[in-house]
Amino acid sequence: MSALATHGIGIDFGGVRAVDDVSFSVKRGEIFAIIGPNGAGKNTLFNMISGLYQAPRGKVMLEGRDVTNLPAHVLAQRGLSRTFQNLQVFFRMTALENVMVGRHLHENRNVLAHLFRLPSVVAQNRASRKRAEGLLALVGLSEIGHRPAGELPYGALKRLEIARALAAEPKVLLLDEPAAGCNAVETAEVDAVIQKIAAQGITVILVEHDMKLVMKISNRIHVLDQGRTLAEGTAAEVRSNPAVVAAYLGAHAGGEAANAGR
Amino acid sequence: MQSFWRTYGIVLIVAAVVVALPFAVTSSFYLRIGALVFIFSLAVLGINLLMGFAGQVSLGHAGFFGIGAYAVAVLPTHFAVPSWIALIVGVIVAGLLAFVIGRPILKLKGHYLAVATLGMGILIAMVFTNEARFTGGPDGMPVPRLELFGWRVRGSEAWYWISGVTLVLAALLAVNLIDSPTGRALRAIHDSEVASRVLGIDVARYKLIAFVLSAIYAAIAGAYLALFDGLVTPATAGFLRSIEFVTMAVLGGLGSIFGSIVGAALLTILPQMLTVFHDYEHIALGAIMIVFMIFLRAGIVPSLASLFRRSPS
Repeated sequence: MSALATHGIGIDFGGVRAVDDVSFSVKRGEIFAIIGPNGAGKNTLFNMISGLYQAPRGKVMLEGRDVTNLPAHVLAQRGLSRTFQNLQVFFRMTALENVMVGRHLHENRNVLAHLFRLPSVVAQNRASRKRAEGLLALVGLSEIGHRPAGELPYGALKRLEIARALAAEPKVLLLDEPAAGCNAVETAEVDAVIQKIAAQGITVILVEHDMKLVMKISNRIHVLDQGRTLAEGTAAEVRSNPAVVAAYLGAHAGGEAANAGR
Repeated sequence: MQSFWRTYGIVLIVAAVVVALPFAVTSSFYLRIGALVFIFSLAVLGINLLMGFAGQVSLGHAGFFGIGAYAVAVLPTHFAVPSWIALIVGVIVAGLLAFVIGRPILKLKGHYLAVATLGMGILIAMVFTNEARFTGGPDGMPVPRLELFGWRVRGSEAWYWISGVTLVLAALLAVNLIDSPTGRALRAIHDSEVASRVLGIDVARYKLIAFVLSAIYAAIAGAYLALFDGLVTPATAGFLRSIEFVTMAVLGGLGSIFGSIVGAALLTILPQMLTVFHDYEHIALGAIMIVFMIFLRAGIVPSLASLFRRSPS
């Protein structure tokens, strides 16, 4: 049984087939990358899987159960969490509080207990805080937990989102360009964090443009082009696939040629 | 221990002010102002839970305020219900109405939500104006005094203490809520709804919780004001009152418990002090509000707090 699978999923935006008939299956504990040129439909695909877009065609299976078009918060209960390419951080809360929000599903949600601050709520707050501190340490942000997220640098926020998503204890974690905008050192840190996550048995699916990172850490890679599946396989297989080279890496090669000509 | 002070410091300050003020001032006029400040603070505290924490605007909360006020006027007068039971009924009705209206209305965002809540408030006020048989119509109606255990509650001093103690409790509950999973969920929704959803937060549910809670706070405040004044008119539930609540919350500081009280105090006390300007009273009030908003953009309390934090000590 796969941790997450899509069957012929697709969506149109104003007559444009943004994603069309995409199927893949990710095994538990795998690091699975989705790559493709800009506009290939990677983000749209992510948004459908995580319940932010309604998929008019196809199915999404999470641990063998059909979860197609369930609301995002229900998907989170079923064990799916994600980060965002264009940061969706809670800027007015501290870094630690951001991660504590991630504990939401594992906390008692009785509002009356919260209003009267029953002893159980106090203990739970303490437990959530401790857990959040541990996760901040995992992504290397221990020192800045008390600072408002709005004051933190971009690279730190990327990792903060990962810590927050992990706080929900997902079975499947979708990482949306985790290394975008990161320098070499930060990318190496993200790399290490992703490996640690996968080592815990969490299935990681990522969209990423940093090919070096993708080739290094992914067990398998799924290549999209213009909303359709172009290829799927290990890093070596994808790299040597002529269609991929033409459609994706070819564009880069052209760019490099232009650079070389300067 | 440090976290205890950070959490409950505000509540203790409010409690200290409530207790100390009667020693500083003796005239019942000032106690009356104090009671009014506490009553409005209650409503503004509720608005602030909704606007400052959950980030959802309401321009119709005077409707819930009015439901509380008319409950303690209509039920004892026409149905011989004891005032304190009428108060509880009013609060429950306001809460239920918020629950029912909130579900569809809170799907709207920003300006659309503002207009929808505005309409809601105006509709409620219209009911009070038109059901003249029960409410006295546009002229309003007298409110029978509250009686508790044979004690007729009247006068500024009695209401000073009742509203003061209620405010301290309301602030305590609000502080508890903010530092809880519910409070974190509300603040998260304010900053990013989409991120809240993927973390498992049922956004509709939490918006509704904030809406119902704020309606309950407003209804209690409305009932208190009616019982204190001994008179209720449709203006109690009117549009201007809703605007006043929002202005108090914004002026004092959205997302600040203490700011709610400062905002309510300022807009209650200032008009009293500005009477020296006679005809120009409203101009002076407006000018002061504009100046406050320009120089203390985040509201009085949060702006001053960040100013103190930044200054080298």
